[in-house]
Amino acid sequence: MTMTEDGPRAATAPHEERTMRITLRVWRQENAASPGKMVSYRLDDVSPDMSFLEMLDVLNEQLIMEGQDPVAFDHDCREGICGMCGVMINGRAHGNGMHDGAVQTTTCQLHMRSFKDGDTIDVEPWRATAFPVIKDLAVDRRAFDRIIQAGGYISVPTGTAPEAHATPVPKKDADNAFDAATCIGCGACVAACPNASSMLFTAAKVTHLGLLPQGQPERDDRVVNMVAQQDREGFGGCTNIGECSAACPKGISMETISRLNHDLLGALRAGARPKS
Amino acid sequence: MLVVTVTTQSGQRRAPKAAKTSSVFKKVVMAVSGIILVLYLIAHMIGNLKAFAGAEEFNHYSEWLRTIGNPALPGATALWIIRIVLLVAVAAHIWAAVSLWRQAKRARPQGYVTKKANAQSYASRTMRWGGVIIAAFVIWHLLDLTWGTVNSDDSSPFGRVIASFSNPVSVAFYTIAVVLVGMHLRHGIWSATQTLGQSNRRREVTVNYAATAIATVLTLGFLLTPFAVLFGIIE
Repeated sequence: MTMTEDGPRAATAPHEERTMRITLRVWRQENAASPGKMVSYRLDDVSPDMSFLEMLDVLNEQLIMEGQDPVAFDHDCREGICGMCGVMINGRAHGNGMHDGAVQTTTCQLHMRSFKDGDTIDVEPWRATAFPVIKDLAVDRRAFDRIIQAGGYISVPTGTAPEAHATPVPKKDADNAFDAATCIGCGACVAACPNASSMLFTAAKVTHLGLLPQGQPERDDRVVNMVAQQDREGFGGCTNIGECSAACPKGISMETISRLNHDLLGALRAGARPKS
Repeated sequence: MLVVTVTTQSGQRRAPKAAKTSSVFKKVVMAVSGIILVLYLIAHMIGNLKAFAGAEEFNHYSEWLRTIGNPALPGATALWIIRIVLLVAVAAHIWAAVSLWRQAKRARPQGYVTKKANAQSYASRTMRWGGVIIAAFVIWHLLDLTWGTVNSDDSSPFGRVIASFSNPVSVAFYTIAVVLVGMHLRHGIWSATQTLGQSNRRREVTVNYAATAIATVLTLGFLLTPFAVLFGIIE
């Protein structure tokens, strides 16, 4: 790329004028114990090329300049692969579903060009008993970690990796397992679910490991313990409405939930019982 | 770039009241009892259509229901077995529904200020309150056509059907209830298939078409008799 004196921005000069005015209504909450409320902020200089999180960064810079408390929100890779970020945007998890046919994505990969100049945007944290608010938009999602600890793993001996070709995996199973394995545990499924159920998350893990040969020894115990743990965490029950899959940035399908149910019924028939 | 540091305080999180029974178990109870009720509805709808065969045939059918299996089974034994199975199915269905409803309330005590739906259908959204209305309707329906308590003509089953469905208000009430039942089945059949682990990506489309088809046929089948009476086709 040839760099001019003004840098690569010169090439996009006509766009530079195109800034947006956005009114944000953000959920502000000091901590889990205090009540929160929606607070309005005006941003006059938002570029359509900013990601949603960059727009929040601009808001925070503005708040710091004014001597106010910045808005707390989770984020890490900002590449849509870590599962750290996620907020409700105009009532939709990660803003997914705002436009028909738009690619489902994470909050960090949503860009301000998805909004119009003069828009008012409501920003709220994931809401679930199992995801208590830490501050503002940041919620505690360790409930997911505990579901994983209950069975979302395989036990393998450490040491030299075994010969890869020793355990053949049918292509179809590998593909389906990988589709489920793309779950990044962001929690959008819980946030979007009318029952605040974590079923899609748990089902993705059960599907991912249950389709592969390495997942077989613990398959029955895995499903009963993970389901028992998600109930213990205080998530709601699944009623197959489909909001989770529609909000999922990775498009995890409802099929995984059917697979979890199938595995669970089989495991219970085979005598597997959850550890208390 | 601004870095927001968030300190998490451990131990602050209160333990939520855990569900005593597995949420998936509740759904299985819901699905199995639902299947029993759908099968009953199919039989019920076919029975209703006997009204087109005339008063004698209809009353005879009603009498037969009370004497199934006679003389091997005494009196209305078979009918009572059916009634008990239905009653248990209805009780189990309601228990599972109430239990999951309460679990959902506990799982999100504080709702969103703004919440938009991406995928849910009208049928899936109205399962809970629709179910409550259907339960109330069933009680009225029994008082009207089975026991005749609220019916003006209590001479025969056919007489009660004619008396009830000659009244446009009654037909309107039945229509609303039957359409609600149809929507309940539309989501219920799909959901039961998922809950029992019988759905997958390939079958999903078929299951949804089948759910719509069964719901539509049952709705129309149940509406045929009341409207035929209202418009004087059956008298």
